[in-house]
Amino acid sequence: MAQRIVVDPVTRIEGHLRVDCEVDGGKVTKAWASGQMWRGIELILQGKDPRDAWVFAQRICGVCTTVHAITSVRAVENALKLEVPLNAQYIRNLIQGAHAVHDHIVHFYHLSAIDFVDIVSALKADPAATAKLAQSLSDWSMNGVSDFAEAQKRLAAFVGSGQLGIFGSGYWGHPAMTLTPEVNLLAATHYLQAIEFQRRINKVVAILGSKTPHIQNMAVGGVANPINFDSQSTLTLEKLYYIKQLIDEVGDFVRKVYIPDVCAIGAMYADWTQVGRGIVNYLACPDMPLDTTGTQMALPGGFIEGGDLTAGFHAISGFGDPYFEKGVKESVKHAWYQGGKGALHPYEGETVPRYTDWQDDGKYSWIKSPTFYDKRAQVGPLANVLCMYAAGHEPTVRWTNAALSLMSGHLGAPVGPDILHSTIGRHAARAVRAAVLYEELSRQWTLLMENLGKGDFTTFNKPVFPKGEIRGFGFHEAPRGILSHWVVIENGKIRNYQAVVPTTWNAGPRDENDQPSPYEAALLDNPVADPEKPLEVIRTVHSFDPCLACAVHLTDTESRSTYQVKVA
Amino acid sequence: MPILVLGLGNILLSDEGVGVRVIEALQERWTVPDGVSVVDGGTCGMDMLDIIASHDTLIVVDAVKTGAPPATVVRLTGDAVPAFFKGKLSPHQLGLSDLLATLRLHGEEPKTLVLFGCVPERMEVRLDLSPAVAARVPDLVDRVVAELRALGAAPHPNAGAHGDGEYT
Repeated sequence: MAQRIVVDPVTRIEGHLRVDCEVDGGKVTKAWASGQMWRGIELILQGKDPRDAWVFAQRICGVCTTVHAITSVRAVENALKLEVPLNAQYIRNLIQGAHAVHDHIVHFYHLSAIDFVDIVSALKADPAATAKLAQSLSDWSMNGVSDFAEAQKRLAAFVGSGQLGIFGSGYWGHPAMTLTPEVNLLAATHYLQAIEFQRRINKVVAILGSKTPHIQNMAVGGVANPINFDSQSTLTLEKLYYIKQLIDEVGDFVRKVYIPDVCAIGAMYADWTQVGRGIVNYLACPDMPLDTTGTQMALPGGFIEGGDLTAGFHAISGFGDPYFEKGVKESVKHAWYQGGKGALHPYEGETVPRYTDWQDDGKYSWIKSPTFYDKRAQVGPLANVLCMYAAGHEPTVRWTNAALSLMSGHLGAPVGPDILHSTIGRHAARAVRAAVLYEELSRQWTLLMENLGKGDFTTFNKPVFPKGEIRGFGFHEAPRGILSHWVVIENGKIRNYQAVVPTTWNAGPRDENDQPSPYEAALLDNPVADPEKPLEVIRTVHSFDPCLACAVHLTDTESRSTYQVKVA
Repeated sequence: MPILVLGLGNILLSDEGVGVRVIEALQERWTVPDGVSVVDGGTCGMDMLDIIASHDTLIVVDAVKTGAPPATVVRLTGDAVPAFFKGKLSPHQLGLSDLLATLRLHGEEPKTLVLFGCVPERMEVRLDLSPAVAARVPDLVDRVVAELRALGAAPHPNAGAHGDGEYT
């Protein structure tokens, strides 16, 4: 007989996602993903000056402030057909790339590794054996016996103090935790080191964005960074060289720690490359414009149908590509909004709440369900990496093959890109993306320096709003996947604004044709050893890097620091 | 002894953003001395690790739910602050308690912690505070100022601010 489990809430940081699963014979047979809070922040933007939209948009989410700011100005620039100076493009590219690398490191080490790594078991490890293992995986300079012994001491004190804090919600000793104490110590030690490196790369955002956590340098038409090599209050050569140093330090961490760790842990949990496949239509946008119009992009994007990386791939060319613009619709058939008009394009999108209680076959979520040409699509680093791979982007092909080759070595048998359509695959793709972004950050830095060297110090083109109605959209390949903002402007004021966020693509409810979302599909056939402790369900959900703060808005729910697991 | 005054909250949700509104009012009325940073943290998480780590004293202003009537102001100190955020009172609890735990693990947590909280009346999608909570903003600013004075870091009133910074 089927048992029902409810995991609520499922994100460690912000937001409120509920996942319901029916479990039969130790496997998930049916799943529902639900956003438990109302979304309607876009309503605030109606009537506002489009030049200020990004200031409010970056408040939509606490984790992804930067990405909403960038996407918002792109949407307004697209509506105005406004060109953006090269320096501004490079500076935005550096900010978004640094933010993404920071975000990916935090996701793997601080938010999801403890689904696979048993911190308590790490206390039993032999530091010398751990160092030997670590040195066989990588020549990272902080893989010495003393590094592991010191980290173990610190963890023991922390666990001993009874203040598990961040680790308080871990399923220690769960039968699905199968790493040796030494591997657990290796990962836990790198967890501690990762704290330092994600901080360093985030300094790039702080220096260029003028301030964190909310950047202040964005502007419709460019950036507000004055560049003057003689004035300390502007972007100086000294600051630019410091940025390069930070990029290189984090690049080392990604290449020598993040990639080897993900590949080793992925190989040790090889069964998880066969779990969590779900929707294999993938959507990602091109990003990092190399010209003033966003026609030429450093990182390719597109749509992959049916997991077919050759015949199934259709590229998205650049900002304003009508293929993307025309493909997006959102359905509210299973969401708590007034519907009846079928799936709507974001320009026509409506956000009128209609709550009904939970209905398995009816409405059960505050998240809308986006589709691309009426198909569900998975978004995120896996979608991004597969699209860049399909487009033949050299660094992506190289890093993907390097990661697959490391995993093949650990497994003693060759594995190909097909294993990426999985729970582990989403983690591996995130690490590959971090490595690709590191290389691209170095290149963007060089491009900026070369352009400044030519004497071009322009960072801003002034926007002018026409009478009448204009509309536009901006997209950005954010850490959790494609983010798009859609704006309708009338006489210089915002008439409609919709943000179609990554977690909406992945975590929405069933769509207009009752097709499940990527989360719902990926959970099917997930093993569940103990319905009271559904660690396996959480593994698959976390592999998507859920962030519900913008998919639904955050409110005064009596949040818990542990998951509430109900078995019905 | 660097001091960080950190306002938390989402300004898109009315009273939820009271912490940020207090920061804005503080900056409008007062200039803090060197060694004191005043930061609008919004609803940010790990992004703030570096900012908090570089300060010995952390003064947080946030919306909190204590069961008390709307617009009630509370002050908590020391270990009660992370415990408070762990419990169930603030929507940012996971972010801040995780940050503090992470800093503790690294031996970088602030030595002194003070939280000023205000119970929200409404959390709907709008930019302005409810009248009841808005009326508490000057009081919260004064309490933060008094806290800074007690720490030996007295702010100076800005030109145009009345008397010693009192609102009229």
